[in-house]
Amino acid sequence: MSAPTYDLGKLHGGLRLEAHKNISTAEPIRKIPVPGQLVLPITQHAGDPAQPIVGIGERVLKGQLIADPEGSLGAPVHASSSGKVIAIEPWPVSRRHGDNAPCIVIECDGEDRAIEAAEILPAYDTLPADVLLTKVLQGGIVGLGGAVFPTAQKLMQAITCELDYVILNGVECEPYISCDDMLMREYAREVIGGAQILLHALEVDVCYIAVESDKPEAIHRLGEVLAELNDERIVLKQVPTIYPSGGEDQLVQLVTNLEVPTGGLPTDVGCLVQNVGTAAAIYNWITDNEPLVSRITTVTGDGVTQPMNVEARLGTTISDIINFVGGYTERAEQLIIGGPMTGKSVTTDRVPLVKATNCILVLSEVPSAAAEMPCIRCGECAAVCPIQLLPQQLFWYACADDETKMRSYGLVDCIECGCCDLVCPSHIPLTADFRTAKARIREQADEKARADRARVRFEARNERLEKEQQAREAELSLQKEAAKSAAPDTIAEIMKRKQEKPDED
Amino acid sequence: MEFVRREAPYLAPKADVAAMMLQVLAALIPAALAHVWYFGPGFLFNLLVASAFCIGGEALMMRARSRAPEAALADYSALVTAALLAFALPSLTPWWVTATGSLFAVVVAKHLYGGIGFNVFNPAMAGYVVILVAFPMEMNLWVAPRMGDIDYIGLTVLQTVSYTLTGSLPDTLTFDAISRATPLDAMQSGLRGMRTYAEIRTNPMMGDFGGRGWEWIGNFFAFGGFWLLVKKIIRWQIPAGVFAGLLIPAGLMYIIAPGANASPGFHLFSGATILCAFFIATDPVSAATSPKGRFVYGCGIGFLIFAIRKWGSFADGVAFAVLLMNMATPAIDYITRPHIVGHPRRADRQ
Repeated sequence: MSAPTYDLGKLHGGLRLEAHKNISTAEPIRKIPVPGQLVLPITQHAGDPAQPIVGIGERVLKGQLIADPEGSLGAPVHASSSGKVIAIEPWPVSRRHGDNAPCIVIECDGEDRAIEAAEILPAYDTLPADVLLTKVLQGGIVGLGGAVFPTAQKLMQAITCELDYVILNGVECEPYISCDDMLMREYAREVIGGAQILLHALEVDVCYIAVESDKPEAIHRLGEVLAELNDERIVLKQVPTIYPSGGEDQLVQLVTNLEVPTGGLPTDVGCLVQNVGTAAAIYNWITDNEPLVSRITTVTGDGVTQPMNVEARLGTTISDIINFVGGYTERAEQLIIGGPMTGKSVTTDRVPLVKATNCILVLSEVPSAAAEMPCIRCGECAAVCPIQLLPQQLFWYACADDETKMRSYGLVDCIECGCCDLVCPSHIPLTADFRTAKARIREQADEKARADRARVRFEARNERLEKEQQAREAELSLQKEAAKSAAPDTIAEIMKRKQEKPDED
Repeated sequence: MEFVRREAPYLAPKADVAAMMLQVLAALIPAALAHVWYFGPGFLFNLLVASAFCIGGEALMMRARSRAPEAALADYSALVTAALLAFALPSLTPWWVTATGSLFAVVVAKHLYGGIGFNVFNPAMAGYVVILVAFPMEMNLWVAPRMGDIDYIGLTVLQTVSYTLTGSLPDTLTFDAISRATPLDAMQSGLRGMRTYAEIRTNPMMGDFGGRGWEWIGNFFAFGGFWLLVKKIIRWQIPAGVFAGLLIPAGLMYIIAPGANASPGFHLFSGATILCAFFIATDPVSAATSPKGRFVYGCGIGFLIFAIRKWGSFADGVAFAVLLMNMATPAIDYITRPHIVGHPRRADRQ
C-alpha cells in the first residue's frame, strides 16, 4: 500500500475554518427514490445551453439524450429516469440565485426503465484516446466539483499539451461539504478506475490523488484499493486542511509547487485536474455504461433535521431532497446551493439538483448585514489571500473604478474564495465588490471589443469606398485617355460618316 | 419555502474593528497602571481630558460631515488616539495643552482627511507634535519617577487636578523643584557635553538599561504588545522593523564608539520606543500595508528614532519618525507589492 506523502509546495495564506463535516458523515450515502417529477435545466455545464431534442408529451427512458449541445463548448443532458416530458419551460435554478432558466420537466412513470446502450465498448485500455473522449463527450460528464466544465472538452484541450501529471481533486476544502469524502469512502474503486482511464487516455504516467488530511477514512479506503490494484502510477497525496487548497490552481501549486500562469490553465504547467467525483463518473460511464443521471450531494446545516449525504437523480427538486432527510428545522433561514464560502444563496427550494450541486446547505443564522465600515488597511485580507493579492488596494481601486490599477494589482486573478471577506474587521463585502468590478471590467472589455470591431468595419468600409472611388477615377481617366488618344480618329470618322450620309441633314 | 438571499461568503465575519480597538485599549492597561504608580495620577486626568476632547471633536466633525456621530464613536478609535496621546504627555499637563493636541489629532489629522481609514498621518502623533512645538515649556515638565531613594516630590491628587486645570503650581512648589530631565534628555545633553556613556550611567536616575521607572513602563508596554501579537491584533513585521531599525545602528555605533553612544539597551528602554513599536507604529491606517512593506516601514521609523536622538534637536524622535514614515507609506506600498501568484516573477521579466 502506498502511504500518503506530504512533499508539497506552498500555498500562501488561506484560512483554517471550522469544518462542520462530521454532522453529515455519520451515516452512509442514502439513495433517494425517483421523485414524481424531474426538472432538468438545459444548462448544467459551463458553455452554451444544450438544445432540447424531445417534444412535450414524448416518452423518454432513463439515460436517453434529451438535449444536445450546439456550440463548441457544452454537454448533453440525459433523462434521469423514465417518464413523459410534460413541459419545457422556465424554472427557478440555483446558478441564477433562484431566477428562472429553461428546463425540461419530466413526469416520471416510476418504472425507471433505462435506454438500451447503443454499443458496449471493449475494455478501455484497448481503446485509442479519441474513442474514449468521444464516449466521454456523449456521457454528458462535466466537472462535478462545482465548476461543471465539460470534461470531454477539458480532456481534448489537455491532450494537445505536454502533460506530466493527472491530479484527482479530493480536497473538498469548503466547510460542511462532505460528498467527495463519502464518495471516496464508498466508491474508492470507481475513483481509482477513473484515474486509470484518464492516465490511459492522456498517456500520462503519474497520477496524484490529493486528499485533505481531515479525511482519514477516505485516505485509508483509497490506500486499500491502491494496494489491491498495485498500480504504481497512482500516488496518494495528503494535503493540509486549509481553505482554499481545493481550488484547481491552488491544488496544482500545492501538489507540484508550480504556479498556473495568470489567465492560463493547469495544462500550461503540465497538469490536468479532475474532481474525484468526475473520475468516478467517467469510470461508471466507460466501463459500466452508466450515464451521469444522478450525483451524491451533501444535505447539511443546522436548518435540516437529519444532515447526510444522499445520491439523488439529477432534476430532483431541493424540496423533495429536504423532505427525504426529514425536512427543515424551525430555524431554517438561508438556503445555499454549494458551500458557505462560494455557494449560491437561493430564494426558493423549487430549484432542482443539477450536476454542479455538491451541497445543499440550510443555515439558521443570517449574518446581519453589519454596517460596513471604512477600510482601516489592517492588511489581514492580504495575509490570507491565496493569490497574494492586496485586497485592500484592490478595494480602493474598485471604489475609484480605476481599471488600469485594478488590472495591474491582479483583480482578474482573484478566485473569489471569500477569505478576505471573512477576516475583514470592517465587514466590507470584498468578494461581492470584486465580483462586480470584474463583471464591469469584462463588460467594458466587451464594449471595447465591439467598438473596435465597429471601427475596423468602418475603416474597412472607408477604405473600400476609397478604393472604389480610386478605381472609378482610374477607369474614368483611362477612358479619358482613351478618348483623347482616340479623339482625332473618332472625329475624323464622324466627319467621314457625315460626308457619307449628307442627306440626313 | 422561501429564503433570504445573501452574497457569498455566508459565514459570520471573524473580526471587528471595535473589538480590535478595545483589545488595544485593554493591552494598554498594565502600562497605564505603571505610569500612574511612577508618575502620579496626572496620567489619568490627561487621559480624561484627551478622551473628552477626542470624543467631542469626533462627534462634532461627524455632525459637520452630515454623518451619525455614533457610527464613528462606536469603533473606539477616538479613545485609542486619546490613550496614545495621554501616554505621550508629561503626567502634569495643563488641560488646554491636552485639548489642543486632542482636537488637532481628531479634527485635522483624522476627520479633515476623511475620518478613520483615510487619515494619512497617525492622529495621536500629529496632535502630539503640534503641542510639542506650540507648548515646549509645558511639554518638558516631567516629574521624577517615584523610586524611593531619589528625591521624589509627589503631588497630591488635588494639586495635580489644580495644575491640570490652572497650569500653575501651589505656592510651596516650583517647577525647578519638581521637574527632572528625562533619561533621554540627560543622555543627549550629557553625550553632547563630552561626557562618556558610562559616566552618564552613574547618575542614580539610570536603571538597568534605560531610566529607572521608565524602563518598567516599557516592560508593561511590551507585555501588552505581546498580547496583541498573540491575539493577532497586530502582526510582527512593524514591531520587528522598529526594533531592527533602531537597535542595529545603535548597536553598531555603540560597538564602534562605546563612550560617545548610548547602548542599544538604553535606546530600547528609553522614551517611547516600545510604546511606538507595539502601539503607535502599528496603527494600520497610516502604516504601510503589505507584509514586506510593514517591515520596511518599521525599519524606517526605528532608524529615524535613532537619528533624531543621536543628531536631532529633540530628545526623543518617535512622533517625528512616525509622521515622516507616514509620508513614505504610499511609496513603500508601491515598491513592496508582493508577487501575485501566476504572474511572471521580477527576475523572469528582465
